[in-house]
Amino acid sequence: MSVVGLDCDVRLQIGTLDLNAAFVVAPGELIVLVGPNGAGKSTLLRALSGLLPIDAGRITLDDDVLDDPGTNTFVPASQRSVGVVFQDGLLFEHLSIVENVAFGLRSRSVPAREARRVAEQWLTRLRFDNHAALRPRELSGGQIQRVALARALAFEPRLLLLDEPFAALDATTRVEVRRELRRHLDSVGAPKIVVTHDPIEAMALADRIIVLEDGHVSQEGTSDDVRSHPRTSYVADLVGINLLRGSLQGGIVTLPGGRQVVVATDQLAAGPVIVTIHPRAIALHSRQPDGAARNVWETTVAEVDDEGDRVRIVLAEPAPLVVEITRGGSAALSLQPGARVWASLKATEITVQPD
Amino acid sequence: MSAPRRGRVAGNEPPIAAVVVGLVGLVVFFVLPLAGLLWRAPWSDVVSVLRDHRARDALRLSLICSLSATGLSVLFGIPIAWLLARGRFAGLNMIRALAMLPLVLPPVVGGVALFYAFGRRGLIGQWLDHWFGIRLPFTIWAAIIAETFVAMPFFVITVEGALRSLDTRYEDAAATYGAGAWTILRRVTLPMIAPSIAAGMALTWARALGEFGATITFAGNTPGKTQTLPLAIYLAFEANEPAGIILSIVLLAISILVLVIVGSRVFGDRRRAREAAQ
Repeated sequence: MSVVGLDCDVRLQIGTLDLNAAFVVAPGELIVLVGPNGAGKSTLLRALSGLLPIDAGRITLDDDVLDDPGTNTFVPASQRSVGVVFQDGLLFEHLSIVENVAFGLRSRSVPAREARRVAEQWLTRLRFDNHAALRPRELSGGQIQRVALARALAFEPRLLLLDEPFAALDATTRVEVRRELRRHLDSVGAPKIVVTHDPIEAMALADRIIVLEDGHVSQEGTSDDVRSHPRTSYVADLVGINLLRGSLQGGIVTLPGGRQVVVATDQLAAGPVIVTIHPRAIALHSRQPDGAARNVWETTVAEVDDEGDRVRIVLAEPAPLVVEITRGGSAALSLQPGARVWASLKATEITVQPD
Repeated sequence: MSAPRRGRVAGNEPPIAAVVVGLVGLVVFFVLPLAGLLWRAPWSDVVSVLRDHRARDALRLSLICSLSATGLSVLFGIPIAWLLARGRFAGLNMIRALAMLPLVLPPVVGGVALFYAFGRRGLIGQWLDHWFGIRLPFTIWAAIIAETFVAMPFFVITVEGALRSLDTRYEDAAATYGAGAWTILRRVTLPMIAPSIAAGMALTWARALGEFGATITFAGNTPGKTQTLPLAIYLAFEANEPAGIILSIVLLAISILVLVIVGSRVFGDRRRAREAAQ
């Protein structure tokens, strides 16, 4: 059977980590890999990039076997054509920006002049034309990540891996870099894997999310799937956050269906935004509540998920919204799928950031 | 120099007693010996001593031998340091102890050891003589070998430290960008530890320049052939000639120059890195 894209079955034991993860990434598809510290995300990336041979399993990329202990095949990192954007960028301090970007081409025996020309083109695409001669230490965190991306893309890798590309950035820069990253990644035809801790980033970028816990894939699916049906408590806590896209105008976010949400922000300019609402920020009531909450609406219960101490409710409107309440609270409201309830949400409980 | 500036930071002031003891130490062990040397220097003889061919021969020999020893230390020292920093095998600690031995060994003992290894009746030396007619002792080659033996650990220890503290993720990154082992060493590892290589070379050179014990034991003391500056100084001093003190001051000036250059390079780099980090 011919497989196009990345097909990996990685089994690897290092210290206490027992990594056993198998998945497929199609050409052009962007997978976001999330998971707690020590789950094996970085080790998995090292195995895929060829810095670490696997103990068992198989890694293939577009029909080429990269690693297969069964047949004693191992293609080392330097021959894999995998572009990696490392945490903190890891630009070479002793080289200029353009030399950094040209590094992958020079290592592949592209003549110096040609490598430089291609590197300069990439810098231009990333709006960096006048900085080619600068040293990495003269750049800001956001600029470093953009150069690191250019360096990883310049030799047209067949697989692109990004290890926590936003971890070292401040909040404002993150938004910018994320937006830019999404724009550039959209045009990359290779399979792409981004590791992140941040659920908002995961959902903003991912075609599909893979959750790695304790070395195993605990969940895999589109961000909507994962968000509304978290299968483990880690996923529920981290990724089970409500995320809506809409457009902001004068303190009101209009959702795609036309429903409106009042938010508390006077910092942001009008335009597309991502709205995040924690599942515990929404309160449910049996009849219309009085009080100060700016958002009050009547809706239908779509799903009820008993998780022991707490119960996860999915509301049907204005978009599938996950609410987490105590078991006692749920019993008092006698929540069943199809039941009508009132929901309330304070404007101050809503986080808005530019999309 | 930086003490008063740091002193302004609350809670970072050294106790008075420590300051006093430190100052006494500086005076007794550093300032007074230097002052003694300058005090007794027969300044009127400087020109005649430096014009004397014996002194100039010694200086020339010292420069040739110490620079050659530095070159050999770089050639062999980088692979040794790499092995010690990155090697993963049993007996590595034994190898490290062996490589550091000249640091603690009295140089005279080193010279004796070299003599019985490379001398005419030595372990290897007898065969060098027998097969190739090569006799090392009491030649300039012996002086170079003796200085390398004594000085190379300074280079190895400096470079090994730099390799250990180097973030290996940079080398991983280079590998994923298609660089093979040799390209990584040439384009990433060595440039990144360049300041330490320079510092190691300067220390090695300074140590080689001052080498006495191993050189006189293994290479002898032939003027114009193996008599380096420290040997010439000792002989002149014994004979109560003014050249002893003047050549000592020349050696002192060279050493201070090296230390200043190394200090500004190494610590200057660190300061710049720290400023960049802020």
